[in-house]
Amino acid sequence: MKQINNPTSTSISGSTSSPIRELNPQFLESKENKQHLIDYLLGVADNYLILGQRLGELCGHGPNLEPDIAITNISLDLLGQVRSYYQYIAQIKGDKTTEDDIAFLRTEREYKNVLLVEQPNTDFAYIIVRQYFFDVYNRLFLNALQQSGDETLRALAFKGIKEASYHERFSGDWLKRLGDGTEESKVKTQEAVNNLWIFTEELFHKTEADQSMIEVGVAIDMTQFKELYYEKIKEQLTIAAIEIPEVEYFQKGGKQGIHSEHMGFLLSEMQYMQRTYPDSRW
Amino acid sequence: MIQNFNISSKLKEILESVMDPEIPVLNVVDLGVIRNVQVNGKEITIKLTPTYSGCPAMDVIGDDLERAFEKEGYSAHIQLIMSPPWTTDWITDRGRKALEDYGIAAPLDETADKDVLLNEKKLVKCTNCGSTNTKLVSQFGSTACKAMFQCEDCHEPFDYFKCLK
Repeated sequence: MKQINNPTSTSISGSTSSPIRELNPQFLESKENKQHLIDYLLGVADNYLILGQRLGELCGHGPNLEPDIAITNISLDLLGQVRSYYQYIAQIKGDKTTEDDIAFLRTEREYKNVLLVEQPNTDFAYIIVRQYFFDVYNRLFLNALQQSGDETLRALAFKGIKEASYHERFSGDWLKRLGDGTEESKVKTQEAVNNLWIFTEELFHKTEADQSMIEVGVAIDMTQFKELYYEKIKEQLTIAAIEIPEVEYFQKGGKQGIHSEHMGFLLSEMQYMQRTYPDSRW
Repeated sequence: MIQNFNISSKLKEILESVMDPEIPVLNVVDLGVIRNVQVNGKEITIKLTPTYSGCPAMDVIGDDLERAFEKEGYSAHIQLIMSPPWTTDWITDRGRKALEDYGIAAPLDETADKDVLLNEKKLVKCTNCGSTNTKLVSQFGSTACKAMFQCEDCHEPFDYFKCLK
């Protein structure tokens, strides 16, 4: 694996006008800052890994050829993105940790992804709704992250958003097609929306690491686009002729490492090779 | 951003001998992924911009470059550069021609690309008969960088290299 060079250019400018706060170089000398930064990066990156793994399970199992290819391509994009984040974490750690160790050798509680992305591939409606709920968030998130005070994160956000927008287009189109499709696709899509809705709010839940990184200007405050997020998905659901669920209680826990029962099964499959043949390589 | 490297024609020849493993008619210079080449005696440092984040071709390209230079007695080191991100604008004219000849429609400009992928406008030229009476079959193709099209005149299915900007 090639190492990512830290981009030297600071010329990337996002669409908003708020000034970028450059990170103080002494920042990482504090152990606490370093740990918070690593936890923050894991909170971002683990979503890509786990969703990428979920989508990867569908390779060769899509409902027909085109969605099968699309879903595995999206999986590939997400796994590609996550490698950059894990390489960055390995670089910050500065010990012998590699990107593969981070991906494959952690225990369940050490993964900081949201519950949404680990939800199973129940049927095609679930796959599309889960994807759309995540894609809209991801696009808004990467858009905001272009204002991070950390130049590596800015570069990753700038690169990732092009892919994220294309994913959103795919899942958004399918959401319309399924919701406004046949009687059966409508019932299944409504059910998927009803059952996955409770996992959406966790995307905006701030952990201690998030809060601490927002204060120093590395992280961006995702609550700034929460309203926009719900507006967008409600608009799309309305176009898809799907009712918007009324829910008062939302699930959370993934960001603290408290996962749903599905996570262990996912990890056991994902980690099988590295656990059986430690340090094996391609 | 198409780079002119200040390197000997011999080194340029080695660079141009390395092909994209998934589009074997397009060399890495024409693909526009080489950002910078530094030469220090027999040590070559190559800065490379990845195309798509998860593109499996990138690792292979890196290995192929190292091997190609090693064969000629050089030692090449590859560094990935993330910023500024790669765009299809960096594919050279020669590269676009190679794509078309190979049966892959070259990327349109950003506006036309959006019209094709979102508004079903007929702008992509069939690589077989040249007609623009073509339709999008799938947003994703055999690799992340392509979409699938079909010509409605000659019925030939073909890949379109999506605009990335």
